[in-house]
Amino acid sequence: MTRLLDIRGLRIEAQSREGRTEIVKGVDLSLNRGEILGLIGESGAGKSTLGLAAMGHVKPGCRITGGSIRFDGLELAGADARLLRQVQGRRIAYVAQSSAAAFNPAWRLIAQYCEGPVQHRLMPRAQAEAEAVSLYREMRLPDPERIGARYPHQVSGGQLQRAMTAMSMSCHPELLIFDEPTTALDVTTQIEVLAAIREVVRRHDAAAIYITHDLAVVAQMADRIKVLLKGREVEEAPTREMLAAPREDYTRSLWAVRNFQPAPRDEPAAPEPILSIVGVSASYGTHPVLRDVSISVPRGRTVAVVGESGSGKSTTARVVMGLLPPTAGQVVFDGQVLDPLSRNRPRTLQRRLQMIHQMADTALNPRHRVREILGRPLEFFLGLRGRKKEDRIRDLLDQIELEPDRFIDRLPGELSGGQKQRLCIARALAAEPELIICDEVTSALDQLVAEGILRLLDRLQREMGLSYLFITHDLATVRSIADEVVVMQNGAVVEQGPKAQMFQPPHHPYTEKLLSSVPEMDPDWLTRLLGQRQMQEKGAA
Amino acid sequence: MILKLVLRRFAIGALTLLVVSALIFWAVELLPGDIASEVLGQSATPETLAAFRERNGLTDPAMLRYLHWLGGALTGDFGLSLANQRPIAELIGQRVANTFFLAGYAAVIAVPLAIGLGLLAALYRGSALDRFISTSTLAVISFPEFFVAYILILLFSAWLGWFPSLATVSPGMGLGARLYATFLPALTMVLIVMAHMMRMTRAAIVNLLALPYIEMAQLKGLRRWRVIAVHALPNAVAPIFTVVALNLAYLIVGVVLVEVVFVYPGLGQLLVDSVAKRDMTVVQAACLIFAATYIVLNLLADVLGIVSNPRLLHPR
Amino acid sequence: MNALLKTLRTAPLSARIGMALIAAYAVVALLAPLLAPYPEAAIVGAKYLPWSAEHWLGTDMLGRDVLSRMIYGARNTVGIALLTTLLAFALGAGTGLLAATLGGWFETTSSRLVDVLMAVPSLIFALLILTIAGTSVVALVLVIAVLDSTRVFRLSRAVAQGILTMDYIEVARMRGEGLGWIIRREVLPNASAPLIAEFGLRFCFVFLFISALSFLGLGLQPPTADWGSMVRESAKLIAFANFSSWQAATFGLAPLLPAGAIALLTVAVNLVVDWVLHLSSGLKE
Repeated sequence: MTRLLDIRGLRIEAQSREGRTEIVKGVDLSLNRGEILGLIGESGAGKSTLGLAAMGHVKPGCRITGGSIRFDGLELAGADARLLRQVQGRRIAYVAQSSAAAFNPAWRLIAQYCEGPVQHRLMPRAQAEAEAVSLYREMRLPDPERIGARYPHQVSGGQLQRAMTAMSMSCHPELLIFDEPTTALDVTTQIEVLAAIREVVRRHDAAAIYITHDLAVVAQMADRIKVLLKGREVEEAPTREMLAAPREDYTRSLWAVRNFQPAPRDEPAAPEPILSIVGVSASYGTHPVLRDVSISVPRGRTVAVVGESGSGKSTTARVVMGLLPPTAGQVVFDGQVLDPLSRNRPRTLQRRLQMIHQMADTALNPRHRVREILGRPLEFFLGLRGRKKEDRIRDLLDQIELEPDRFIDRLPGELSGGQKQRLCIARALAAEPELIICDEVTSALDQLVAEGILRLLDRLQREMGLSYLFITHDLATVRSIADEVVVMQNGAVVEQGPKAQMFQPPHHPYTEKLLSSVPEMDPDWLTRLLGQRQMQEKGAA
Repeated sequence: MILKLVLRRFAIGALTLLVVSALIFWAVELLPGDIASEVLGQSATPETLAAFRERNGLTDPAMLRYLHWLGGALTGDFGLSLANQRPIAELIGQRVANTFFLAGYAAVIAVPLAIGLGLLAALYRGSALDRFISTSTLAVISFPEFFVAYILILLFSAWLGWFPSLATVSPGMGLGARLYATFLPALTMVLIVMAHMMRMTRAAIVNLLALPYIEMAQLKGLRRWRVIAVHALPNAVAPIFTVVALNLAYLIVGVVLVEVVFVYPGLGQLLVDSVAKRDMTVVQAACLIFAATYIVLNLLADVLGIVSNPRLLHPR
Repeated sequence: MNALLKTLRTAPLSARIGMALIAAYAVVALLAPLLAPYPEAAIVGAKYLPWSAEHWLGTDMLGRDVLSRMIYGARNTVGIALLTTLLAFALGAGTGLLAATLGGWFETTSSRLVDVLMAVPSLIFALLILTIAGTSVVALVLVIAVLDSTRVFRLSRAVAQGILTMDYIEVARMRGEGLGWIIRREVLPNASAPLIAEFGLRFCFVFLFISALSFLGLGLQPPTADWGSMVRESAKLIAFANFSSWQAATFGLAPLLPAGAIALLTVAVNLVVDWVLHLSSGLKE
């Protein structure tokens, strides 16, 4: 095997309002022909920047300050536009995270496919079109003959991502850069895209850099894995070796997240429900989004609602909170039927039922300091003022493990993502609620931070006997925190029951599909799963 | 889908025109006292007042007069001028043509120039050209129209003596002579409107260039001109059309001041004179024409925006 | 207050120049009677005197001192523009924020009304109303304030709508907070920067608008000194400008001086506004 890509001591700087910050701090990377390297790290690790740099490209406002990028003997760091044009698209191709944004809305898919090979004078348009159709078929796109005639907004997200992978192959590149290509997709869609990408890369014997934050995904795709943290390399090893025996603590901690288990608690016999959603249907305008949903949350327990985007799980939360009146059915809280609208509910009821949002960023007023964010519910619900209020604010900060003296006067902009989410939890706690609805509270966070939030929620539940309605799309989270599980699809409940039962077969077919689609850390998982599914299809036929 | 949207927009435009025409008509009805005594003054006898009302159709109920006025306006008949009792159509006919000539003259120069320079500024962001354009834009936006006009007069007329300071045109004039006579007012309007147009074009393109699909096109190894021409421009059509139509609408208003400065026999000059003379019917007619032009141009901007949106053009 | 001073210290040169100019205008406007060598409307010499030690900027067509009229003009023109802007702002921002927060019929009606008012160019509308109401200062201020408030309405409604989609508003609503709290404590602090910038832009617009009307002879009426009217009164002098001697050449400057005074103030305000907008866009990051 020959060296295809060789990056040495690469440094990249970003220019921001506050001045320059180094976002890649001297990274080495080498790749052989036909090899797939996984780049993994949390947000801010510099993995996307490194991936783009491998093609000689830096984002506007960034610049390469040191090191070299040699691609097949060509120096790409500081190369002129002419050289870069000969390499980019033609010998190194890029697959972006959001295909919906990366396709030009004004042109048909096939026109965008053909642009590369025709402009690089590799083949005439007719040949490019013929190859497009065969690649679309390889990528298992429906109706490969005709899908190219569609515009980007006319096909679904998973299909568009596969069309983009096909487009990246159009010039038969030697190296492909995949920048989180499945992060925006639902798990069941992700499987199809992963399978298609892996197959096409192997068949065409291309090398690839696969960037992701998901270890289980990278385990399926990569021959070797490199772990990045804040612009530096942590370690690099062949996939199986790293999974079996990670050398560094940081790498090991990335694994640990998946193993989080709440402390066992004594099981009182079936507590009475604190919240019952009874036969609720709802719609946005004339578009129905919930159909006859019934869920009940026992006191002191966690009920997890799982489903993919569009399953109606967040809408359920909005109905419970009185933000969207249901068209049928009712919500019963502690024996009382709740008014469909939040503003008509008595303040004591509003107090006992709190919600935490997915995006802590938008859930905190950027102009309010921590003192005011926590102080307002104390004042509003409990009538606390002055000294008492101040003391309680400090208690709350202690509870969420933020040091009161350091944090009480800060603005949300001066907190990290995890700290913001903790603050949101404290704000909910300030009302002294009995039930908290957690709407995807960990999905915008890095795994380590997310784990901290889960631990915190678990501890608070034990200490205060809180009940949670926990909405998520992530089955790993469900597995770790839920007592009971509700599976939703297309606005209806598909299956529900205690966790132990839900994770044991037999499953409802959709639950089965959902469960089996969650990537596992085992590098053979995808191969095995695809084999199983093929067998089932054969059996069915 | 797209037809529905366009038709809807047309319907809204027509409705707006109707409401505005009503507003223009009924505003005069709010006048304390009545038009006849306002025009003829204290000395008028009851007989002359009655005769005046009869001749100008003021005896009918207001609603009927509105419908009559609107119907007339649609066929180009705006009634009689209160000040001199001549048909308004006769007064304004040539002036409307003059105004549109001047606005068109300015537009033909300003639109391509502004879009071109705006594009260049966006493509070479941070360059000397870009800085020059944004500074001069800021200056010109802040200047009153008459300031620009008098600077030009001082420079090109009083000092250099290249162009006349008064834009005198007569009906029999040839095109060349007309273009020469109206060069300074046209240039004034070009300067005023170009600043806005360049700024807006630049902003539209800069927004567009930051989109992921433009970066994707670069990463395909395409030439710079191709990234711009094939990937950016088709999507820039809608915002640029909007910019142009909005600025043409602005031009139509700016023309009023420029006509006064250069004593140009256009509709704007007539409007200002009539306001001073409180010649209601002429003011109404002129306002209606200006408002209608403005509404139609805005309508055009929206419709072009709808028609050039690929998501609407190719529905699912 | 300290935070404000700190921010001011970070201002770029352009904004500093802008602020200094605005301060200078404010001083001239406030201290006009002390600074002006002659009274506002008194005839103090022969007509059309050129620039001299006695009358620095000469005299006008009635023999009034031009410098004095320029100084009083600062007070009249800027004062009325400021008053009008304040009125337009109170009206537009008030209804705009309310419309966005309340929604429902109030938002629908107010938005439709604004749509109609904005469908016609302000100048045309103003000319129509001034024909009917006559050209008094009160009518002028009211008409322009109402017409201009439509743009403030649009902006403040749009800004508020952007803020209202934020989850923290939902949190406040779920808590059961009243309308007053939501507008005052949740929306306004986040809308202040764009609103301050808009105030500057609106002031420029109103200022230019009043000057334009005065220039057309339909704004402030004589003998009040006002820059727009001064341009109008001295406009024909420009044709007599000749460049044989510098004193004769000053005739050409007669309309340019008041026009330039107008232009300079709007440039200054725009410089500051640009900086404020830049600051507020930085907050979003």
